[in-house]
Amino acid sequence: MGWARKILRVNLTTGTVKVEPLNMDWASKYLGQRGLATKYFVEEVDPKVDPLGPENKMIMATGPLTGTAASTAGRYSVITKGALTNAIACSNSGGYFGAELKFAGWDMIIFEGKAPKPVYVTVFDDVCEIHDASDIWGTSVWHTDEWIKTKHQDPMMHISAIGVSGEKQVLYSCIVNDLHRAAGRSGVGAVMGSKNLKAVAVRGTGGVKVKDGRAFLKAATAGKKVLQENAVTGAGLPTYGTQVLMNVINEAGAMPTRNHRQVQFEGAHAISAEAMATPRKSDGQPNLLTNQACFGCTIACGRISKIDEKHFTIQNKPQYWKASGGLEYEAAWALGSNTGVDDLETLTYVNFVCNEQGMDPISFGATVSAAMELYELGLLTKEHTGGIDLKFGSAEALAKCVELTGTGEGFGKELGLGSLRLCTKYGRPDLSMSVKGQEFPAYDSRGIQGMGLTYATSNRGACHLRSYTVSSEILGIPEKTDPLTTDGKPALVKAFQDATAAVDSTGLCVFTTFAWTLNDIAPQVDAACDGANWTPEYMMEVGERIWNMERVFNNRAGFTHKDDNLPPRLVAEPAETGPAKGLVNGLATMLPEYYQLRGWTQEGVPTNETLSRLSL
Amino acid sequence: MLKALVIDPGKCTGCKQCEMACSYENEGEFNVAKSRIRVFDFHEQGKMVPYTCTQCAEAWCQQACPVNAITTDPLSLVKVVHENLCVGCKVCTIACPFGTINYNASTGKVTKCDLCQGNPACSDACPTGAITFQDIEQTGFDKMKVWAAQAAAGSPDAPGAKAPVAKH
Amino acid sequence: MHYVILGAGPAGVTAAETIRQKDRNGRITLIGGEPEPPYSRMAIPYLLHGDIEERGTYLRQKPDHYDSLCIEYRHGRAGGIDSRRKELYLSGSDPVAYDKLLIATGASPVIPKMSGSNLDGVVNCWTLADARAILKRADKGAPVVLVGAGFIGSIVLEALYQRGCDLTVVEIAPRMVARMMDDTAGGMLARWCREKGVKVHTGTKVNAIRQTGSNGGATLAVDLSNGQAIPAQLVVLAAGVKSNTGFLVGSGVKVNWGIQVNPFLETSAPDVFAAGDCCEAVDISTGKPDMLAIQPVAVEHGRLAGLNMAGTKTPHRGSLNMNVLDTMGLISSSFGLWQGKPEGQTAKLIDEDNFKYLKLNFEGDRLIGAQSVGLTDHVGMLRGLIQTGFRLGGWKDKLIASPERLREAYIAVAQGAPIGGPTGPHVNTPIAKAAA
Repeated sequence: MGWARKILRVNLTTGTVKVEPLNMDWASKYLGQRGLATKYFVEEVDPKVDPLGPENKMIMATGPLTGTAASTAGRYSVITKGALTNAIACSNSGGYFGAELKFAGWDMIIFEGKAPKPVYVTVFDDVCEIHDASDIWGTSVWHTDEWIKTKHQDPMMHISAIGVSGEKQVLYSCIVNDLHRAAGRSGVGAVMGSKNLKAVAVRGTGGVKVKDGRAFLKAATAGKKVLQENAVTGAGLPTYGTQVLMNVINEAGAMPTRNHRQVQFEGAHAISAEAMATPRKSDGQPNLLTNQACFGCTIACGRISKIDEKHFTIQNKPQYWKASGGLEYEAAWALGSNTGVDDLETLTYVNFVCNEQGMDPISFGATVSAAMELYELGLLTKEHTGGIDLKFGSAEALAKCVELTGTGEGFGKELGLGSLRLCTKYGRPDLSMSVKGQEFPAYDSRGIQGMGLTYATSNRGACHLRSYTVSSEILGIPEKTDPLTTDGKPALVKAFQDATAAVDSTGLCVFTTFAWTLNDIAPQVDAACDGANWTPEYMMEVGERIWNMERVFNNRAGFTHKDDNLPPRLVAEPAETGPAKGLVNGLATMLPEYYQLRGWTQEGVPTNETLSRLSL
Repeated sequence: MLKALVIDPGKCTGCKQCEMACSYENEGEFNVAKSRIRVFDFHEQGKMVPYTCTQCAEAWCQQACPVNAITTDPLSLVKVVHENLCVGCKVCTIACPFGTINYNASTGKVTKCDLCQGNPACSDACPTGAITFQDIEQTGFDKMKVWAAQAAAGSPDAPGAKAPVAKH
Repeated sequence: MHYVILGAGPAGVTAAETIRQKDRNGRITLIGGEPEPPYSRMAIPYLLHGDIEERGTYLRQKPDHYDSLCIEYRHGRAGGIDSRRKELYLSGSDPVAYDKLLIATGASPVIPKMSGSNLDGVVNCWTLADARAILKRADKGAPVVLVGAGFIGSIVLEALYQRGCDLTVVEIAPRMVARMMDDTAGGMLARWCREKGVKVHTGTKVNAIRQTGSNGGATLAVDLSNGQAIPAQLVVLAAGVKSNTGFLVGSGVKVNWGIQVNPFLETSAPDVFAAGDCCEAVDISTGKPDMLAIQPVAVEHGRLAGLNMAGTKTPHRGSLNMNVLDTMGLISSSFGLWQGKPEGQTAKLIDEDNFKYLKLNFEGDRLIGAQSVGLTDHVGMLRGLIQTGFRLGGWKDKLIASPERLREAYIAVAQGAPIGGPTGPHVNTPIAKAAA
């Protein structure tokens, strides 16, 4: 129960589709989605595989709660070896696609090989077909979505697709579903593009059953009540979205600015949630139209924005005059403070294009900001940029960059490499604000010490969603810790990593954990799923197992403890302002303790004892 | 006290909890395709609209049923399909001008919202109050009810009505 | 006041019940021409399936339904009326005096002109008696010829298929359901039938039905205009229906194809009303009188006639022609001016592989007619849009580009929901609490 107990295996090379029963033994150890799909992945794929080669596989996976009435239970994840990172990748997305895949009767789809020509795949309940995509290759996600719905005459389909950036293998391209929800990070879109797979369209009319309906509804209802009564999930997120963090993090002195040279942005207020809701001077309308929920979500943090039609970025471009997915905090930061641009309308436009063409706005924004620093240093010139005056704070330059990168043209090809490859090419790899090739998100680890360890040890490269210690260090959830010290952070990071790995395997959204602990989540899982006694303790064990499984894969892929590192700027250049003034990140003190807590060697390798304890 | 579902699309976030609750209550599984309430998404305007049977006074479905398988509950005024009598002829599905009674091929019968026998699961599940179950006296005639009345065949008040009158 | 209702189909029964709601004391006599309690012909195919028993076809289920409403239900066949003396003649009984008379005598099958239509084993499919005759011969594997693939023929077809008959369908028109749908839809239905093993001959006439020697159960042969002779154990005639108005000759009630009525469903004779299949009332799509022999229209007429007879003057503004058909699991429907108008625009969705079809006909920016095959969800919205005449505005062009967005268009124009302008986010808990 919970699981559909069936998986689809689509071999793109041969154009064949197979149905397999879900391995329920694995399901009882890895739950679903991130954990279970990663288990399939590591069992089937050589860690040294070229991420963009046909031997890499890509799995779209739901969790056992996906498609149930638990709050936020509509998630799916894309598991593959990341194009940007060469590490294990697991990118999670909301919208309605995941639930629809479950309703069609599938726990996951495993894509293998590479189609000889561009294709897209449709799944109508138990009918899976591969179609020629030559009519939509070279077009955007938005166009693809509309085209497939019209072609198959079904407006109720849900579609995950790549844009031109994914086709051109921009290394941080993502897979966008439902027009503006994305499996965003690590370049999963480039992997999809490398397989000549343009889109996956799903329509399901079946149902999802749970083990004990009465107990499940009771647990789910109790969970919803907790979310509703919590200040963050019940009020902050629906009202302000994740942008609720903009002013908070800026005040905490942890807002990376201009490629992390500063930790506070003078324009933060102009690009904050409050600014989005305030009527614009230009036309009297606010940027934010409304909020929108993903499938099953009773929080509804999604932003729906509309740009001023007269804004310079969208004049004569009616496709951007409609309402669409607005700025989340990470995008507002990466596109805004990190590039020094404080024009909300430009940021919204750039975000629209990221959705339209399928790019991770975090890595895109961070790559532009790195390029801006290279430009300031004279290492990049107008000759390289094709005439773009790539100065920090230039909205025009940012808008031009997103257009070029989205379609992989001109200087956009360079930006599409990501910051590490770009900075290495121009001789300053140290200016790439990344770990394992993946750019930092919106928290400066000098101001939030735990995040330094989070980034350094994240299995998919720098990422906030692997252990969001911001919860504890800034918001006090579940309990407040001091963001400026390293004390206790290794244990905090380990606990967050394990719990998050478990939550990512359920089908639920990690944002619930602003209010929920595993004590709220485990009863919902247990009422829905058989196969194990799903207690909070067992879920922590599952999470730890998943974390170590990912680590082992990365180690076999060639990563070592030397890759659990931060760029020199964060460990050598002290913060200039704010509460963290004078501080650098204390990674060196945290890392050995972390390894020890993990049961890993000083070289960051899980010991045999650890592996056998976790039945790995 | 007569109660009705009152739908305020302005409060809907599109989470589909109503569809999940409805399908679970009526079909025993989470299956939005079988929900009797459906949320329509107008993404270009950022609007979501929940939609279901208004239990309209005209009872088009009931009138069209050839075998009296749809009746009006005398107390709640809910239009109820009696599955034992429904032969599956589908005439009600084309007769209902709201399109809120639908054929279920797996059972060979039609299904519609019956307000869950007086305790609608959708309104319980709605997190934002977009769907509420209220005393009609308190709410007055909500918009959908008014519309239902206006859409009565031949009502000259129907918005945009153009029904021709026969000349003899 | 004595209300007499001649005919106990849906129109007659609805009229009787409506009168009773409005007039608690008047005497109501409901006269049925068949021996059974009032039943629905719509349900007969399901009786043939074996889904229901005869009881399941009854219009009202409670045995004492008519008694409890003080409606006298009696049997009788119409012989004629004298509208000056206000008397109704029934064959083999005394005249019945009335104050108000409703003629709801329905329609009867048209028997195509051919030799052999009176042979044993050749039956209509219209009454319960016909159904019993069919059940006697329509065994599993029995060779059966169905003459007529119009709406009724196609419904019977489903039932005969379900019974496992070896089925051949002969239709004189060039396509199936020719009066309900166009070539594309009719062609889809025929192809669907053939894929299910039913032999379909369109554009083919039956020349004659012959008695033959026993030929493996078949005692009949059906000679077709294409030269084939099909052996049959049973021949079912479903070649259309005509109004039952023969008894009105010389009565003073004017009859065209059906009985002519004014908007109050009054005939040309005083205090004589007509409703249902026997009359020609207004088709809302054309504004002209027409005979729309369908259940919802009969009920609509019955209700309005009842109101008018009981003194609540209510004009009929016209009925919408519509049909829904289940052909061995393939569901099709048509509404209003399904053929469209030559000057109007159309939106078409055609998916031959999946037997899906939707055609929308517009006049200006209003929907005036539609046909669908293979679509069932929210299909009533088509009626809603046509009957209300809502202006589709910009949605018309969206529908021409993507007809499958019909439901969105309906909600958008009918519910008036998506209008521009910001509404702000929807919050579960007051923000003050969050700040606290």
